[in-house]
Amino acid sequence: MHKLLSKDTGSQVLLLGNEAIARGAIEAGVRIASTYPGTPSSEISNNLFQVSQESDLYFQFSTNEKVALEVAAAAANSGVRSLAIMKHVGVNVAADALMTLAYVGVKGGLVIISADDPYMFSSQNEQDNRYYGKLSGLPILEPSSVAEAKEMIIEAFNISEALKEPVIFRTTTRINHSTGIVELKDITPPVLKGDFVKDPFNYVTVPAVSRKLHVKLLENIKKAESLSDNSPYNRISGSGSFGIVTNGVSFGYVSDALNDLDIKDKIKVFRVGFSHPMPREKILSFLKDLEKVLIVEEGEPYMEETIKAFAQEAGLTLSIRGKAENLFSRLYEFDPGTVRKVIADYFDIPYSPPETVDLSDIPEIPARPPNLCAGCSHRATFYEVKKAAEGTDTVCPTDIGCYTLGFLPPLSMGDFLICMGSSVGSGCGFSAVTDKKVISFIGDSTFFHAGIPGLINAVFNNHNLTLVILDNGTTAMTGHQPNPGVDMAALQFGGFGKVSIEQMVKACGVQHVEIIEPYKVKKSISAIKEALDFEGVSVVISREACALFAKGFKKKPSRAFHVSGKCKNHKDCINELACPAFFIDGEEVKIDPVQCTGCAVCAQVCPENAILPVKEA
Amino acid sequence: MKPIRLVIVAVGGQGNLLASSVLGEAALLAGVEVKMSEIHGMAQRGGVVESAIVFGDAKSTIISNGEADVLLGFEPSETLRALGKCNGNTVVITNLSPLPPFTVAIGRGVYPDIENVQGLIRSKVSRLVAFDAQALAKEAGNVLAVNMVLLGALIQAGIVPVSADHVRTAIKTRTKQEFLESNQKAFELGFAAAGQAL
Repeated sequence: MHKLLSKDTGSQVLLLGNEAIARGAIEAGVRIASTYPGTPSSEISNNLFQVSQESDLYFQFSTNEKVALEVAAAAANSGVRSLAIMKHVGVNVAADALMTLAYVGVKGGLVIISADDPYMFSSQNEQDNRYYGKLSGLPILEPSSVAEAKEMIIEAFNISEALKEPVIFRTTTRINHSTGIVELKDITPPVLKGDFVKDPFNYVTVPAVSRKLHVKLLENIKKAESLSDNSPYNRISGSGSFGIVTNGVSFGYVSDALNDLDIKDKIKVFRVGFSHPMPREKILSFLKDLEKVLIVEEGEPYMEETIKAFAQEAGLTLSIRGKAENLFSRLYEFDPGTVRKVIADYFDIPYSPPETVDLSDIPEIPARPPNLCAGCSHRATFYEVKKAAEGTDTVCPTDIGCYTLGFLPPLSMGDFLICMGSSVGSGCGFSAVTDKKVISFIGDSTFFHAGIPGLINAVFNNHNLTLVILDNGTTAMTGHQPNPGVDMAALQFGGFGKVSIEQMVKACGVQHVEIIEPYKVKKSISAIKEALDFEGVSVVISREACALFAKGFKKKPSRAFHVSGKCKNHKDCINELACPAFFIDGEEVKIDPVQCTGCAVCAQVCPENAILPVKEA
Repeated sequence: MKPIRLVIVAVGGQGNLLASSVLGEAALLAGVEVKMSEIHGMAQRGGVVESAIVFGDAKSTIISNGEADVLLGFEPSETLRALGKCNGNTVVITNLSPLPPFTVAIGRGVYPDIENVQGLIRSKVSRLVAFDAQALAKEAGNVLAVNMVLLGALIQAGIVPVSADHVRTAIKTRTKQEFLESNQKAFELGFAAAGQAL
């Protein structure tokens, strides 16, 4: 049995934040969950996918976050508890659905998980999704610990059903990827069968209907404000004439700082866990007797702006500060030491920071950047495209996935990236206004997610670009989740369809399609050349399984290669491919047989044919 | 209980996350409050994997610069890179077997001299326990058991509030059956080696 299905009520277990969130949803009786994977949310989905194999939970990897939310929205309006899981930038993709779903509302509870990523450990921006609460009008809950996350998501379903609105459950990386002790509670069996009752004058959002629904949404925001004022998740602790308002993981840093500084009797703390709508009355009564207040929140001054507005309306003139040059930054994530220092500074508390060691005489330590894996087929494709385009002035918009790492030297294939699918859309723009040859790169999962409209656009508007689809048969970067192009039957999963990228591309009207096997270097280069020479939209599908994923299925490892005595030290293998299986030993180039996957790409690149398979023992 | 803060640094693939999970389980068995956090998005792409483990009464799951009580390094240059987490009272335990990053392998960086690394660390912190954990892992029968060797050394150093027996139990429940024997042996070898190195 999956550990998240344990019926051992009352037992204390150690769970990753994302496991705790998944368990909380299971305890809440979630019937359906949908997602597009994205760090730091992915383990919620991976666990629920496994759980769905042995329980009544219906789970799906959707093509993108918008579809995931639409799936969950329909299920919730059929009366069952539904969960849509995504990273913060995924909410942007789902935003079109989100904004009007707030008008329509739900019947069964619907919780949308927005996993924000301050510091951008694995993201292209660090947007603060609490603003989606304001934008959509929907309630937001934010846990401060792993244990609380599990309890709070259950309450999120309850609030959703009480208000008949979706609830946004906002986490940050340090909740998702922290581990803590969690107490298991009873699992509520889900309502299995949904039923949709037709009610088009409340469900079909033509203008006349939406004008009515917007009134309802505003009423619901009022009700939510009252829930927020009375929520146990908005709570005050401590005493004193100074105040701190804080949320999320910052609450932990504040608590530890007050202990360390021994000022628990000087400072009252307001922990906000129900952050949209902000609890106006509770905040005002908190501010009333205080001399000065510090707002401790990562990201944007979301609470600070609101609290200042509350104070202004109530005629309060105390000092309320948060984001400022000498206080907190809007950049990156906080840490306990920074929070302690700012609290001490702002409230004039004597404090001596811990003495860090002197690092001035530490020699430069060589960087350890992430790299495409040894034997990664993307490396081969990038090399081949580079060779095929030699002498051509190019611009290469890239996309989101492992292959983004191809922008690093020596491959240096990747010139522009803003979001999922932008390789194709931006490629259209580059082709319209520059004389450069546009070569766009996109992965299989990203192509399904957001690449297809861009490709259709390129065909319709007659752009001159080559799209290289790096089809490694999985969503590799986020941990090898399936996508619509994956042969699920081959992975022993029944009940799935399959969409052919080749047929899809042709159906989009692309006139020139090449399919290459990137481990065959010469053949691939000449096929890519043909595609590049084609005037108009051409597509190269580079098809080879993710080396890391394939490792898990191979019964017998492939034969590794070695550098033989024929080597004349051109070092093309290192300077042009830079596969991490290579290393230099003295003057000699060598291959680590443990890392080498036997892809043989380097053997085809070597001008002396000096790289040969290791002889069988 | 006053918080004890442990930072573990490793290279992706060295089993840092498994070591953390064994320690967390051991703390649960010992009845010690424990919180951990990890950054592992790029772990499988050869990057650095860092975990923070906080035992005792603290709510934070991350550790600021200068605030680690113990730094456990799985790779010597990564131990050195993480030295900013230490203060004068920190105990540092490190594997001495290097895994040069690819930048060094292709001649775009110089790997620091191991003797120099040890001297530098020793001069800045209260205690350094340094030994070749990979050799002991090999001796235990599994070169990948470096993580268990280092766990043994960590427990021997006696700063984290879990006993060797709690860790021994956690190794049984948290590691794969096929590697259990070598993991157990690796733990004992690390435990003994750190005893001699102290």
